[in-house]
Amino acid sequence: MFSRGKYGRGVASIRLVGVSKHFGDVKAVDNVSLDIADREFMILLGPSGCGKSTLLRTIAGLEDPTAGEVFIGDRMVNDVLPKDRDVAMVFQSYALYPHKSVRANIEFPLKVRGIDKTERAEAANQAAEVLGLTPYLDRKPGALSGGQRQRVALARAIVRRPAVFCMDEPLSNLDAKLRAETRAEIVALHHRLEATFVYVTHDQVEAMTMGTRIAVMRDGVIEQVGSPQEVYDKPASVFVAQFIGTPPMNIFPAGTLEPGAHLVGGRPEDTTIARDQGVAATVVLVEHLGHEAQVVCAVDDQTRAIVRMNPSDVLPRNGDTVRLNVPVEARHRFDSASGARVD
Amino acid sequence: MALDSTPKGWRSGVRYALLIVMAVIILFPIYTTIIASLKPGNRVLRNPLVPDSFTLDVLGDAWTQGRLGRYLWNSAVVAVLVTAFQLITSIASAYAFSFLRFPLKRFFFAIFMATLLVPFEVTLLINRRTVDSLGWLNTYQGLAVPFLATAFGTFLLRQVFMQIPKDLNEAASMDGLGHWGFMREVAVPLVRPTLGALGLFSFLASWNQYLWPTMITTEDDMNTIQSGLRLLRSSDLDKPNLIMAGTIIAAVPILVVLVVFQRQLVRGLTAGAVKG
Repeated sequence: MFSRGKYGRGVASIRLVGVSKHFGDVKAVDNVSLDIADREFMILLGPSGCGKSTLLRTIAGLEDPTAGEVFIGDRMVNDVLPKDRDVAMVFQSYALYPHKSVRANIEFPLKVRGIDKTERAEAANQAAEVLGLTPYLDRKPGALSGGQRQRVALARAIVRRPAVFCMDEPLSNLDAKLRAETRAEIVALHHRLEATFVYVTHDQVEAMTMGTRIAVMRDGVIEQVGSPQEVYDKPASVFVAQFIGTPPMNIFPAGTLEPGAHLVGGRPEDTTIARDQGVAATVVLVEHLGHEAQVVCAVDDQTRAIVRMNPSDVLPRNGDTVRLNVPVEARHRFDSASGARVD
Repeated sequence: MALDSTPKGWRSGVRYALLIVMAVIILFPIYTTIIASLKPGNRVLRNPLVPDSFTLDVLGDAWTQGRLGRYLWNSAVVAVLVTAFQLITSIASAYAFSFLRFPLKRFFFAIFMATLLVPFEVTLLINRRTVDSLGWLNTYQGLAVPFLATAFGTFLLRQVFMQIPKDLNEAASMDGLGHWGFMREVAVPLVRPTLGALGLFSFLASWNQYLWPTMITTEDDMNTIQSGLRLLRSSDLDKPNLIMAGTIIAAVPILVVLVVFQRQLVRGLTAGAVKG
């Protein structure tokens, strides 16, 4: 029903070549190269200020890159206006036109493009139906809940049938339950639309559950690109290792868990409290979560390590001295200077 | 609660008393004008505050002798022209100062605002000479053109344009709108309450102009209502209340505009309150 490219060009791979965006002295995006395949669901993940939104906006055309080239399909789009890029954008704030009805909001991109009234109405009806908005078509955005507004923003994006969807933290204004529901809806939409999605989030759960691939960003640079499982299983740096996974990966100082000048990492579920072997640590907190217990240990002044344990096990108590170990096959090794993965 | 109520009642009593005094001060001239305009000319000076006799003759005389119909028409033409152009020029300039990027923007805006510091009286003579040299004395353009743009309107609208979220502008540019489209489809509809207020303000200011029309009209035909009332005063000495009647007639259109616009204003305000 929403076959793409009806009003656009329809070729939707994205290629970024050495893209930088500087705001004065601040390098928001620094020499980023990234290939996003046609119909891929690419997540740009990172903490706030890492440049992920700027990168997305560069793809959408809302920012001009300071350097580098942006390709959509085989077309270099650096000098192409946002409206001519065949890209739709969903904003964190929804950015609905408050004085227009839901129907008028959804129809608006088509109206601007001079599509005739009947075709517009039909497209708006279809988009509204897909997103369950039919009963609200005559309301103003102000009379809708946050989740409904977000769906109107999605409807306004899909009605144009663009080849690329850019989404900038679209779920961050929703409550937890609604967020989970809408997450599933967006994934379903991706399957249905067969379009390329570029999705910005700082929420690793969204990244892990929605994306076909994740690009983890930090300080304007992409630290790692890979499938969610790859990024989890083989983090390319200490930063990625600690950003992905809750609780984050434990990083043991060089020379403590095994000889050598590298840092050793272990996921909390792989870290065990051993009797005789391992790194000495002091228990500082035991948190009971019901299905598991998390034991927080201080390895030294700066290093904390978390161990996930079965709540029915015998749990250590605050102040206990324990030894922490990670099975050799579950260990991750990182360069102690650069933080990059070494194995 | 009972303890509180005494000082509260005392305070609000004082407040109401003050309000009543102020209302009397404001309403008194209006009251005397209405009373005087409805009395026969020879009874005006006797018991001027008491409505002891009633006639519509003076209002009729004012209308016919004073050519008020012609003056009202002139005023209406000028006020509508001024209002329409002030809205257009304010929207355009405020939009530029809010949404466009151009060199020396802040400098130009400061220059714009600086014109607010210059009272109209300072420019009166030079404007009079300019209008004269253009051959615009006794013309509508002479009456209206010096007032077609207003720094106040620019400032007011810029402030509300700046409140429009940047995302909305970006969403519009993704949707394919250029600056004209965004102005027409989004920015202007969103600031309608302010436009209503500005329009009302412009209309009132233009309608109540006295000095400028007096300076540039020498032909009776081109008098506006305010400058025309002056002639009414000098026209008939044994009807001292003729000018009162003229004033009442001059105020009627402005009352109508106020009532109509007020409704618009309220509607605009409630629509603006529902934010997306």
